Amino acid sequence: MRRIALTVNGTRRDAEVEPRQLLVYFLRETLGLTGTNVGCDTSSCGSCTVLVDGESVKSCTMLAVQADGRELTTIEGLAQNGSLHPVQQAFHEAHGLQCGYCTPGMVLAAVSLLAENPSPSEDEIRLALEGNLCRCTGYHNIVKAVQQAAGMGVSV
Amino acid sequence: MSSTLEKTHVGQPIARKEDAKLLQGQGRYVDNITVPGMVWAVLVRSPHAHAHIKRVDVSKALAAEGVVAAFTGADLKDSWGSLPCFWPVSDDIKMPPHLPLAVDKARYQGDGVAVVVAETRALAKDAAELVEVEYEPLAAVTDVEKALEPGAPLVHDDVPSNRCYTWALVAGEVDKAFAEAAVTVSERYRQQRLIPNAIEPRGVLCEISPATGDITVITSTQAPHILRTAYTLVLGIPEAKIRVIAPDVGGGFGSKVDVYAEDMVVITLARRLGRPVKWIEERSEAYLATIHGRDVVQHIELAATAEGKITAVRTRLTAAMGAYLQAVTPGVPLLGAWLYGGAYDPIAYDFHCTGVFTNTTPTDAYRGAGRPEATYAIERAVDALARKVGKDPVELRRLNFMRGFPHTIAAGLTVDAADFDAGLDRALEILDYEKVRAEQAERRARGDVKQLGIGFSTYIEMCGLAPSRILGALNYGGGGWEAMSIRVLPTGTVQVVSGTSPHGQSHATTFSQIVADRLGVAYEDVEFLHGDTAVSPTGFDTYGSRSLPVGGVALWHASEKIIDKARKIAAHTLEASEDDLEYAGGRFTVKGTDKGMHVKEAAFAAWHAHNLPDGMEPGLEAQHVYDPPNFSWPSGCHACVVEVDTETGDARIVRYVAVDDVGNVINPTIVDGQVHGGIAQGVAQALYEEAVYDEQGNLATGSMVNYLVPSAAELPSYEVDRTVTASPTNPLGVKGVGETGTIASTPAVINAVVDALSPYGITDIDMPASPERVWRAIQEARQ
Repeated sequence: MRRIALTVNGTRRDAEVEPRQLLVYFLRETLGLTGTNVGCDTSSCGSCTVLVDGESVKSCTMLAVQADGRELTTIEGLAQNGSLHPVQQAFHEAHGLQCGYCTPGMVLAAVSLLAENPSPSEDEIRLALEGNLCRCTGYHNIVKAVQQAAGMGVSV
Repeated sequence: MSSTLEKTHVGQPIARKEDAKLLQGQGRYVDNITVPGMVWAVLVRSPHAHAHIKRVDVSKALAAEGVVAAFTGADLKDSWGSLPCFWPVSDDIKMPPHLPLAVDKARYQGDGVAVVVAETRALAKDAAELVEVEYEPLAAVTDVEKALEPGAPLVHDDVPSNRCYTWALVAGEVDKAFAEAAVTVSERYRQQRLIPNAIEPRGVLCEISPATGDITVITSTQAPHILRTAYTLVLGIPEAKIRVIAPDVGGGFGSKVDVYAEDMVVITLARRLGRPVKWIEERSEAYLATIHGRDVVQHIELAATAEGKITAVRTRLTAAMGAYLQAVTPGVPLLGAWLYGGAYDPIAYDFHCTGVFTNTTPTDAYRGAGRPEATYAIERAVDALARKVGKDPVELRRLNFMRGFPHTIAAGLTVDAADFDAGLDRALEILDYEKVRAEQAERRARGDVKQLGIGFSTYIEMCGLAPSRILGALNYGGGGWEAMSIRVLPTGTVQVVSGTSPHGQSHATTFSQIVADRLGVAYEDVEFLHGDTAVSPTGFDTYGSRSLPVGGVALWHASEKIIDKARKIAAHTLEASEDDLEYAGGRFTVKGTDKGMHVKEAAFAAWHAHNLPDGMEPGLEAQHVYDPPNFSWPSGCHACVVEVDTETGDARIVRYVAVDDVGNVINPTIVDGQVHGGIAQGVAQALYEEAVYDEQGNLATGSMVNYLVPSAAELPSYEVDRTVTASPTNPLGVKGVGETGTIASTPAVINAVVDALSPYGITDIDMPASPERVWRAIQEARQ
């Protein structure tokens, strides 16, 4: 077992982890943050996307020990003081989710995109979200939601 | 009785009730649920497509760290019966037993042979690798046509030629029509095998009360009520002891209607071990163990007059069942059997289907189920006919549209309402058809590397499954009705308790809109309860675009019962005749006065019951069970413009126009969303997705790395519009929208690709029309 210390959604967390444990299972099963979903085992679907030091990372591609000393944001940490983050709000208004399973990862990938590129074109949005699969929406309203959020001005 | 909706909420693009928790990571999917004492199950699966199982040894696994138990298929074979197939479509059908874990023989790659239970997910997975299985591999057959050939390996020893069944639907003088036809076309199409890929993999958690034997199964399903019955059939547990919960479910698309082996394994383990047991599917496991879709070879022939009027359709299908029959596997082709005449009006009709076993994952209903296949065949064949008679595909379609509704088709069902001309007209208008054709001509004239193609699909589907009597006539094992309850609580808020439960379709929002308008209560005051057999009235669950045209209509009738009772209470309280009461916005008013009573006040009066009419039962609750008298018939026109790079073979959609007639619309935003997602899955079949087996029966496309579920980068934005012919079959005038996009889109895309390639003389391309396939087609045509 290895001891790690990291900040998750603004709170310092200390834990003993198995060296082989993936970050996503550390979040879900050790910290109980089940908002981060697992959709595949090949780092293809992006459902488990979280922010590590502000950048989107598929948390199934990272070991928990690699998160030692890092600052993480999961979907649970996005809304502030009871208000949805502008990207969450835009997904709601644009009907950018149906079953909701890909949504946490999709929202965080969009947050990361807008942090890097506050005014992306439609093509840039589609390319940036290439690593996040949705089977319900056909992406149309997800793209609209990101466009709408960009118009609202988004900070991480 | 009022029969018109007061449109305060209905028809409005109201943002969803469902979103708040899903957007904040508070979804309650199966894998998010943990109960004390829970252990984990991992299945050991056959790596061979076809093999005798000579020996299974779990002793090393049992000795491993954290392992609680390990069982072979032989250990558990007396714990269960065969997994059910509810649809023995014909008298000649062969239904070999399908045990949850294989005992003597594995029949597809992924067939379960043993199960290991351990204290954690990781320890169970470690131990599963220690199970030793000795196989004697056998020759496998995975191709549906080769499986019928003499000498093909037999999937089941007692099923000759691997032939599962034959089924036919014949009407009119087909041979005569073909003999007299001035023009015929004969086409062969291949519906490749597809893998549903709901983003949430399946999962099951079973907890049993040791003292009472009460069983709770939390499972990622579209069909909690069907599962409850199935658990009884397979495991012999009294149905009343079983509670099935479908919590938040992360997509299904048909794949989660099924009755799966893993549910039976998990319940059996929980009973044996006296501990809660959880199994969560891994994605690579899902590729093998969750049902696949399509895998049908289609021969379609049209007979037509010299000008192109279709007189007869003859269809021969060879449909892969996979290695076993799942819940409705044999019936999937039948769901399309009436639709091979499409939006047109042949007077003679002949449909034959042969179901065939292969050493592959079982097939079953995947989005559209039988109807995308039918629509693809007729829409491709109509384009072939247009080429043959030298007509524009638009003109040929118009020549053949069925008109005048209700309209009984040659195959024998009655389409209640449609207007194909209106849909086509609107699509052409949005597309600016002449302009796109002009640009296509310009590009052709200048030999542009990127050629344009335009494809159409004017479709009709039958959904809203389904009238129980018709299902009975088709030998289906269940009914097609749906149940809804409304409880108006003492303080005036409302619970809708539903027999159909969602996995993305927005039931809570849609049904709240209907109830808010009918009962005059605030939209926010309607709560939606579902997905729990201990809470919901028994229903037939969610598939086949049925939740609104069956469940929603049940809800409408239940709301009428509430209003009728509330009217009696109001009349009694106000000392007025019922005939003197007017009803609007939830309030009864005595005509010509300001005296009145709201439904909410009637609910309070019904609760305290101090002063009700003589003989009236207290409480303001109502349930209605609705069995639809007909299918519902969404229709419309989809048009696709593709740009094909003739050097790389890459086909990209540059315009996609969908004009659907789904009847009256409760929430246009939600309906659009269903159409978008449906189109994406149909486009995926046309251009990207294909499950491929190698000669040995290994699934070569066993993960998201090589099975191309399209991302946002591959797909376009969609131009979506509607025409409306209200369904006269139900008081809401609705038809359902869950499958339209998938049913309509695939042929529109392929017709567009073929149109783009037509200057090369190309008239067909297999799906998916990948860059390689398109490039090869061009190279071959150039030689």
